[in-house]
Formats: sequence, structure tokens, C-alpha cells
Amino acid sequence: MINMQPYENPEYFLWLSLALLPIIIGLLKGKRWRIYETIVSFAFLFLIFDANKFVQGLALIGYVAFEMCLMFAYFKYRQKRNDTWVFVIAVLLAIFPLVIVKITPVFEHGAASIIGFLGISYLTFKIVGIIMETRDGMIKSLDFLKVLHFILFFPTISSGPIDRYRRFIKDYDTVPSVEKYVNMLGKSVHYIFLGFLYKFILAYYFGSVLLPQVSALALAHGGISWYLVEYMYVYSMDLFFDFAGYSLFAVGTSYAMGIETPMNFNLPFISKNIKDFWNRWHMTLSFWFRDYIYMRLVFFLMKKKLVKNKVNLANLGYLTLFLIMGFWHGVTWYYIVYGLFHACAIIICDVWLRFKKKHRDKIPSNRFTKIFAIFLTFNLVCFSFLIFSGFLNTLFFMKH
Amino acid sequence: MKDTVLNILVDLTGSDEVKKDLDVNLFETGLLDSMGTVQLLLELESECGVDAPVSEFERSEWDTPNKIIAKVEAMTNEL
Repeated sequence: MINMQPYENPEYFLWLSLALLPIIIGLLKGKRWRIYETIVSFAFLFLIFDANKFVQGLALIGYVAFEMCLMFAYFKYRQKRNDTWVFVIAVLLAIFPLVIVKITPVFEHGAASIIGFLGISYLTFKIVGIIMETRDGMIKSLDFLKVLHFILFFPTISSGPIDRYRRFIKDYDTVPSVEKYVNMLGKSVHYIFLGFLYKFILAYYFGSVLLPQVSALALAHGGISWYLVEYMYVYSMDLFFDFAGYSLFAVGTSYAMGIETPMNFNLPFISKNIKDFWNRWHMTLSFWFRDYIYMRLVFFLMKKKLVKNKVNLANLGYLTLFLIMGFWHGVTWYYIVYGLFHACAIIICDVWLRFKKKHRDKIPSNRFTKIFAIFLTFNLVCFSFLIFSGFLNTLFFMKH
Repeated sequence: MKDTVLNILVDLTGSDEVKKDLDVNLFETGLLDSMGTVQLLLELESECGVDAPVSEFERSEWDTPNKIIAKVEAMTNEL
């Protein structure tokens, strides 16, 4: 049986463009052929989870059935009542499968959980978003088929970008004007071709050509060496071009379908500080954490007056956010240290920003300081990616 | 209403700039961050009586003093 993982090779793009062609023609005529769209989505989902990925496919079906029941039960409940404990239980139940999938490898010597499947994290983010906005009364109607379309939207199923229900439905319910759609189609082609450059040329060069070489050299030398520094930069470039390339494919495909999936990256390596970096790197994830964890936690603590000092409150929020993000990446020391590293970096960044605000007239600001800020941020970020890569674990704690 | 909102913003940003330029982008200039936003929502709740949950807050719709005033006015009219 044929199995096709999203955007894995040129053949995928051939099938994708053939399948999208009728949708594109429809939208150019000002029509959305919803039934055809649904069939295409289903076919591409099927091709991800068939053949040797069959077990994952079953896990996906079970997961979706469970989460749909949960969302609709909570929505129905919320129309009548609004108790905090019910909301908390709903969120805990929603993340329960993901937590199991993340914890299983720790207890099973690295083996993956049987209930896991490609994209479970990203589906969970969307679902938790729906539950939280239902609680806030912002989602006023929940349509069964639309929710399914939203959480299973095939261009973004494997790794995002993470869209929001209300935003997605606004696009899905309307047909863009022909003028607007032509513009979107132009962007779509541009994004996909930029994605080819990122993923199949640059990420290939950094990840498949350079990385094995510097990795072998750094391991042969052992300990801290210049090869390790090289590894850090090469890995960082690979990580960026690989993920940004994938994201461009996902956004480009969405645009061709008349859906303006949000962008994931905005030139992250020219960030002027760590805060700026998180507004440019994996944006839909960091905004999700900002809106659904940080802001809600701070809102709750401030309203209940549990933490009085504003600085402590912000810092507590950062630590919580980045620790959760670390654990989400995986339960290993290096992901958790990566999270703590970024939490500390943002806390220090805030100290500096407050200091700068107070002494604005005394601190120079010119081209040199700006370039220095970008240089410093870039290197801090690359160092954090070295932690994230797990290479230090291989280098220092494993026999090779 | 306008003055109340502006006074809250002056308090939160620690700068008169929000009164001088009602179209200044609060997030791009660093005048307001997530923390400041939460304070803003809580202040609006206690001072103006509008109940704006965090979900309501879409940055692009709240990024200038003028937009915030318009939002708050629209929400008070709904009451």
C-alpha cells in the first residue's frame, strides 16, 4: 500500500498539486467545493496513516473520538453552568492522552506509546484552545463537522502551525474574493518554492551533509572543542531551515485552499533580544503558550492577589511557561534545561529592559549597539539549541 | 470613558506617549507586554466595568490607544 508522509519528497508535491487543482479552480470561480475538499483531506490523512502506520491511524481515530466527546460535552455543560473545577477537569482530560504519550518513553526504555500518532501535540493544542475559549464564552457555537475539519486540517496536521478555531472557521465559512484569492495563490506558490529552498537544499546541506561530519569530529575529539562550536551553529541552521521549510509548505498549501494559516517564523535570527526572538521563532507555539498559559496564569494570580509583586509574578509566569514547554518537548534533562535556560534568559532580559527604561538618556543606542544585540541574541539562541539537540548528552554521558 | 482608558494606559506604560499619539503601536514600541496586557484587562474590569476575558484579546485589535478606546466603548454599549 502507498504511504505518504507530509511534504517528504517531490512526489508528494506532485500529488498535492493535482489534488488541489480543482479546489484552486473553484476558488478562482468564487466557489468552495466543500465535499471535494473533504474527500481530498480524508485521502491525504489516510495516506499518512495507512500501511505500516496503521496502528497510528487507529490511535488517531480513538483520540479524535475521545476528544470530540469531551469538547462537545464541555460545550453543552458550559451553556448552562460555569464551574471552575469542571473546566479544570476538562482541560486535564484533554491533555491526558498527550501526557501519556510523553511519559511512556521514560518508563518503557525509550519505546513509543501505543496511543501516540504523528501530530498528537498539535491536535491537543488546538483542542485545549477550543475548551479555554468555550470557558470564556467566546465560542458561541460548535459545529461537529467544522470542528473535525479544524483539528484534522491536513496541511498542518503533523507539526502545525497551530491555528485558532474562531480564526480558521472565519476563513472556512467564507470564500475569498477573486482578487484576494489571486493574491493568496501568489503567496502560496512563493511560500512553497521558498520552502523547497529551505527544506530540500539548505536543511539538506546543513543536516545531512555537514552535521554528520562535525558530529563525528566533535565525538572523536571528545569534551569541549571547536568542533562542538561548529556543531552548535550547523545544528541551529538545520533546525531552522528544516522547520521553517516545513512551515512554509503548510502555510503555502493552506493559502491555496483559501485558508490563511498563520506564519510560524519571522526572521528569528535578527531578533534584538530573547523576548523579540520568541515573537519570531515558532510563533504559533509561543503565542499559544503566551495566550493560553502565561496570560491566563498571570490573570488568575493577579485577580486572586496571590502574588503581589509584579516582577515576581511575571517571572513565575515565565518559569511555568518554559518548564511546561520543556516537558512538552520530551521528558529528558536537556529539554527541561533548554526550557529553564530560556526562562532565565527572558527574566534577565526583563531586568535589562527595566533598567534601560529608567536610564534611557544615559545608555547609548546606535548602529553598533543594535548589531551587538543581534549578535548576542543569536549566539544565546544557538547555545540553547545545542542544549536542545541532546548532543551534549551523547557527548558527555553516553559511550561512543 | 476615553480619559479613564488613557489614564490606565499612562499608569501601565509609565509614559505620556499614549496621550500624545493615540495611534502609537503599544506592542511594537515595547510600551505594553503580556504582563501589562493582563493588568490592562483587570483595570478595565474594575474601572470601566467591562468584562474582557483573555480569549477576547486579539493583539492586532488592541494594539493602539485608539483601538482600545473603541473596543471598550463598543463593549460598554453592549451592556
